[in-house]
Amino acid sequence: MIAFAIRRILVGIVLLLAMVLVVFVLFFAAGNPARDVCGKYCTPQKLANITQVYGYDKPITYQFGQFVKGLAVGRDYPVDDKYREALQKSNPSLVIHCDAPCLGYSLRSAITVNDAIAKYAPVTISIAVYAFIIWIVFGVLFGVIAAVFKGKWLDRVIVGVTLVVYALPTFFVGTFLLQFIAIRWKLFPYPRYVSIADGGVFNWLIGLTLPAMTLALFYMAAYVRITRAFVLESLSEDYIRTARAKGLTERVVLFKHGLRAALTPLLSMAGLDFAALLAGAVITEAVFSYQGLGLLAVISNRNSDLPILIGLVIVAGAAVLAANIIVDILYAFVDPRVRLS
Amino acid sequence: MSRAFLSVENLSVNFPTSDGIVRATDDLSYTLERGQTLGIVGESGSGKSVSSSAILGLHRNTNAHVSGAIWFGGTNLLALSDDEMRERRGKEVAMIFQDPLSALHPYYRVGDQISEAHLAHNRVSKRAARARTIEMLARVGIPQPDRRVDDYPHQFSGGMRQRVMIAMALINDPVLLIADEPTTALDVTVQAQILDLLQDLQKEFDTALIMITHDLGVIAEIADDVLVMYAGRAVEYGSARALLSQPAMPYTWGLIQSIPDVSRSVDLPLRPIPGNPPSLLNQPAGCPFYARCDYSKFVADNRCATELPELAPASYGHLKRCHLKEELSVYDTQLAVVETGAN
Ligand SMILES: Nc1ncnc2c1ncn2[C@@H]1O[C@H](COP(=O)(O)OP(=O)(O)OP(=O)(O)O)[C@@H](O)[C@H]1O
Ligand SMILES: [Mg+2]
Repeated sequence: MIAFAIRRILVGIVLLLAMVLVVFVLFFAAGNPARDVCGKYCTPQKLANITQVYGYDKPITYQFGQFVKGLAVGRDYPVDDKYREALQKSNPSLVIHCDAPCLGYSLRSAITVNDAIAKYAPVTISIAVYAFIIWIVFGVLFGVIAAVFKGKWLDRVIVGVTLVVYALPTFFVGTFLLQFIAIRWKLFPYPRYVSIADGGVFNWLIGLTLPAMTLALFYMAAYVRITRAFVLESLSEDYIRTARAKGLTERVVLFKHGLRAALTPLLSMAGLDFAALLAGAVITEAVFSYQGLGLLAVISNRNSDLPILIGLVIVAGAAVLAANIIVDILYAFVDPRVRLS
Repeated sequence: MSRAFLSVENLSVNFPTSDGIVRATDDLSYTLERGQTLGIVGESGSGKSVSSSAILGLHRNTNAHVSGAIWFGGTNLLALSDDEMRERRGKEVAMIFQDPLSALHPYYRVGDQISEAHLAHNRVSKRAARARTIEMLARVGIPQPDRRVDDYPHQFSGGMRQRVMIAMALINDPVLLIADEPTTALDVTVQAQILDLLQDLQKEFDTALIMITHDLGVIAEIADDVLVMYAGRAVEYGSARALLSQPAMPYTWGLIQSIPDVSRSVDLPLRPIPGNPPSLLNQPAGCPFYARCDYSKFVADNRCATELPELAPASYGHLKRCHLKEELSVYDTQLAVVETGAN
């Protein structure tokens, strides 16, 4: 079991490195980042200087090695050793240390990628986690109810509503919640992100509710249907008949025997979808003008801020990989067939 | 007239589907006394499992229509409330299911699955139920039961899983046990062990046993009575001795001819019944076996195609559903095969 987890994590690290390499090569194809900050009166001499000071003149293999080293132990900028040592003496505030795992430095924004992401991530993570909870709790709840009342009117209503919700685009739901629920009808305070430090847990949750609902609704609809299908499948299994033949009550048959088998595969799906949810948060942030990673990506893209874009891609990839690994390990915990093999 | 211990009367089980009504069991009647064994044989899809699960009330949670009566210990099981039926399930009536691979829950330890059956019907502590479970595992011949009790189903072989199912079915000493092809998935030696085990347990508790099987050899070995089913109906029914020595209708002959048996004489070739059973959806008028029967030409007026034969006494003292006249039952010679198999 522990060996399994370690193996899984090692494979994950190798995959992550491969991804970094690919991103790195693509990044090189996009040109010299030094040019972006050289400014209006850029002379070839000035450009060459910047290029050298930030190490963009070195061969790609060397730069990749340095980047990976930075991921492992951190890095100092500017990267040219002689220049940095001189700067350390003349103007130490211009020497920037980037802690491990160092994702790079944005010349354009004069900030380490780590700091940029750390600044914008809390909003995105808050929305995503909140949405995840809404979606799992209500998706599974309604899915189970629909399965138990299969064919009855309750099932039909749930299935019908989820079909409609499923077809609604996220920006439409978001705009509706914002324009009608919050602004026109004032059923909910105008959504504004308040960090826990600023407004406490309650205000933080209130601020997140509408964006989280926007994000959750689509996944929730999908999970109602998936849960319903899994529960129905599980209830038609032979072991359910065995459970009934033992004389167990319907409640035990459903909750103990039926749901256990139905919800286990859901676990792995939910883990993977959570990673994708982080990406979905981008649209939601845009609708509600929240300052999350989505906004950071949009700004960086507009500014051709390649180091930050690279950092975002790596973080997103790492999130997907981490979700995968966590799911695999959890799965081994709940399914004895995986655990014991 | 006092009823038999188990008396199934005019049992019908229909499944309404989008294509029409599937008549999986049609007007089925039989009786069984304590300590006796009824063998039910028939091809795949003939309604053996469907009719037997009706005794446990397992169609209650489905859209099936069940009619007729199942008298058991003086009550009609079909007239009981869901709760009353549930109290009898697994306690007085137990069933061993066809496929031991899928009949056990993959996520729970076998011991917990077995003791669950005990706890559902007895006010005992978990410890007591566990002790009883280990005792049952030992009874059904599982080595090191106190260790295996904590294993999961996938850690057991097919034969061992079937033993687990048997332990689960017998843990409350049921007075009626339905074994649905308990040995089909197993190799011959294990098959023989399981049959011996069932017979021992039956003797000990005076249990009435319904043994569902494809295997006439098994029937010959353990059954007192035999019910041959075809397309949801009883087509031949009577004491095992009479029915196996003097089978009275072509379908049963076909079944007998299609068993591979090393002891059969060389001049009687193994011959599977040609064709397939009819659809249980729109059953044709006439005899359900008509389309596959080589003997319908001996029946006058093409009655086999137009008129469903009654289940009526054959001259050998058991019931058959066939228009064919007795004197045309020319198969006596080869039936010696089954008789030798029986001894
Ligand atoms: N829920 C259901 N809905 C519709 N038809 C069903 C349903 N359950 C069973 N049947 C049909 O009833 C018929 C009898 O099935 P049953 O399982 O009793 O056969 P069987 O004699 O036990 O066969 P086998 O030897 O393969 O186990 C089959 O044709 C099957 O397709
Ligand atoms: Mg069957």
